[in-house]
Amino acid sequence: MTRRRLGLPYLLLLPALALELLIHLVPMVVGMVMSFKRLTQFYIRDWSTAPWSGLDNYRVSVDFSAPIGRSLLNSFWVTCLFTALAVGFSWLLGTAAAVFLQESFRGRGLLRTLFLVPYALPVYAAVITWSFMFQRDTGLVNHLLVDQLHLFDEKPFWLIGDNSFTALVVVAVWKTWPFAFLTLMAGLQNIPRELYEAAAMDGAGVWQQLRKITLPSLRPVNQVLVLVLFLWTFNDFNTPYVLFGKSAPEQADLISIHIYQSSFVTWNFGAGSAMSVLLLLFLLLVTAVYLFLTSRRRGADA
Amino acid sequence: MRINRLAAATALVSVLTLTATACGGGSTSGGGDNSSPKTLTYWASNQGTSLEHDKQVLEPELRKFEAQTGIKVKLEVVPWSDLLNRILAATASGQGPDVLNIGNTWSASLQATGALLPFDDATFGKIGGKDRFVPSTIASAGAAGKAPAAVPLYSMAYGLYYNKKLFEAAGISKPPATWDELVTDGQKLTKDGKYGLAIEGGNVSENVHHAFAFGKQHGADWFDAAGKPAFATPEAVAAIKQYVDFIAKDKIAAPGNAEYAANQSVTDFASGKAAMLMWQAAGASLKSHGMNPDDYAVAPIPLPAGASGGKATSSMVAGINLAVFKNSKNTEGALQFVKFMTGNEEQIQLNKTYGSIPPVKDAQADPAFATPELKTLSNVLATSAAPLPQVANESQFETLVGTAVKNLLAAAAAGKPVTEDSVKAELTKAQQQMPAG
Repeated sequence: MTRRRLGLPYLLLLPALALELLIHLVPMVVGMVMSFKRLTQFYIRDWSTAPWSGLDNYRVSVDFSAPIGRSLLNSFWVTCLFTALAVGFSWLLGTAAAVFLQESFRGRGLLRTLFLVPYALPVYAAVITWSFMFQRDTGLVNHLLVDQLHLFDEKPFWLIGDNSFTALVVVAVWKTWPFAFLTLMAGLQNIPRELYEAAAMDGAGVWQQLRKITLPSLRPVNQVLVLVLFLWTFNDFNTPYVLFGKSAPEQADLISIHIYQSSFVTWNFGAGSAMSVLLLLFLLLVTAVYLFLTSRRRGADA
Repeated sequence: MRINRLAAATALVSVLTLTATACGGGSTSGGGDNSSPKTLTYWASNQGTSLEHDKQVLEPELRKFEAQTGIKVKLEVVPWSDLLNRILAATASGQGPDVLNIGNTWSASLQATGALLPFDDATFGKIGGKDRFVPSTIASAGAAGKAPAAVPLYSMAYGLYYNKKLFEAAGISKPPATWDELVTDGQKLTKDGKYGLAIEGGNVSENVHHAFAFGKQHGADWFDAAGKPAFATPEAVAAIKQYVDFIAKDKIAAPGNAEYAANQSVTDFASGKAAMLMWQAAGASLKSHGMNPDDYAVAPIPLPAGASGGKATSSMVAGINLAVFKNSKNTEGALQFVKFMTGNEEQIQLNKTYGSIPPVKDAQADPAFATPELKTLSNVLATSAAPLPQVANESQFETLVGTAVKNLLAAAAAGKPVTEDSVKAELTKAQQQMPAG
């Protein structure tokens, strides 16, 4: 009896496990195998016939003295800065909005709905609208900044050159912060109101309540939220692809686009796979360190 | 806390696996249903004003084909931006359509994958013979010395579109024939917020087409005799610099053109914001933007003074080819369809609708193609057009050199100096990113 009860849950898990293997693990292993092959257009009909190239693809990817490696490194730094800014701003905005909307007031429901609009819109439609707004000569952004507010003498470019990075961060934050807002709003619901009432009785102001009650109570939510935002943002493909097309400006060349370009635009699938594996290793490392640090801190708190 | 741990781990796994699978081969949807010999799947590239427009144009023709042969054709119109990736995915999976459109410049690259049916003499025999086609269009259907990977379907060439009214107002009596004249005219026309020339600087393909033709005029071939890339030659540097200088030095094109990628240059020309435009078969688009056909004319794209031979190349051979997937289980039916589409009647009908030129000689004789615009362009095609390098690495050349030009134009637009050294550096970088072998 007990044996059957023990076996059943695993049996029930089996279909999901099989699918997980099929959908995720198999392509992952295939991708890793590909990274050791010289896979170009000559072999894509049957990639298994491509000649082995050992570590060549990895060597090329991390040879920072040659263009392929150098541009990968550039793209890596761009992505790090982009992720730090996009996650940082999204988190700040999300927290501010969630705390602000915690008190009930007239129009709160409407604001909540409005804040979630970017999250509900299809990414493609939203980002392509941004790309229209960022057009130099006819876009709304320059119309506002230059024609209305007279902030610049000459209309800046947003989709090419140095400003493209700023444009990318703006769109990413716009797209991402509602998720932070939604998650944190849910987290706030779990904080007992009595804590605030007691704190208020003791004479704690709004800032003190925020620092001593709200933020510590949100820590477990934030731990997951920041990790998820980091991983999503670091891998973001849709935003740069829709905003800039297949060849992003160097200043905004995110790693996902970079790998896509190496694989599918220059048809260097082997090198693209190697870069993917390197990215995977990097993200694994960062996440492991992050989980280690956060769980240790949790242990100390307890 | 365990819940959070679990949530974090789940999120991690799902996001990470996505990363690693990004290169595990593209997904492919649909694919041809080859089980029955009475059906074919056809991927048509987007040629009309919209995907829907293409369907409206093509479906009556496909019904005609069904009436003639009893073979039903399932049509899918693929947006231009997706086409190459879709073909690659179909090639990798073996699940493709029976018949498909390819950009003619990709011919040799796709030929190298071995996924397309070679059109040897016997195969050509089944569709009415090779001699029916204009030779330059066959030359852009695969590597020299190999059986073509496709047959030409719609042809196009670049011409210089110029605004007659603006020319008249500026006191210019004829279109420029040399680059010096173009720059002089352009500077006369650049005033009051209007510009002499409109270019599509953010569009990688557009850039590489001009890079190629300008390069030919300077004697740059982009690939050496052994098929190895040679992007950073002095000739190529001079060619690209000449193009980028339209914004950087001559200032006859608006700096804003550097980010154009959605045919805004055509709109600028149609609305009179720019007086000249180098484009392939723009007539239909100009009409849809409301430009009066009497207000513009077309001339061949200028050449350097005294250019002759290969240096007198004024355009690449542009166009769409029709290919048959080697995996098709209905090759005979597919060839019947190719024969139908390249037959005189369909050639006249479809090229007329799309404003392109029939690559089939007999069809070209139809009065519909005797407009001044198309006569100029078909003359360019016959006398001064050259196909892009027909080498296996062509598609990478397109993207990398096209991107290099885009970067240089972006620098020029931002007011940064564009020198021979900076052009050479960009081209060197492009070449070093070409995959080996």
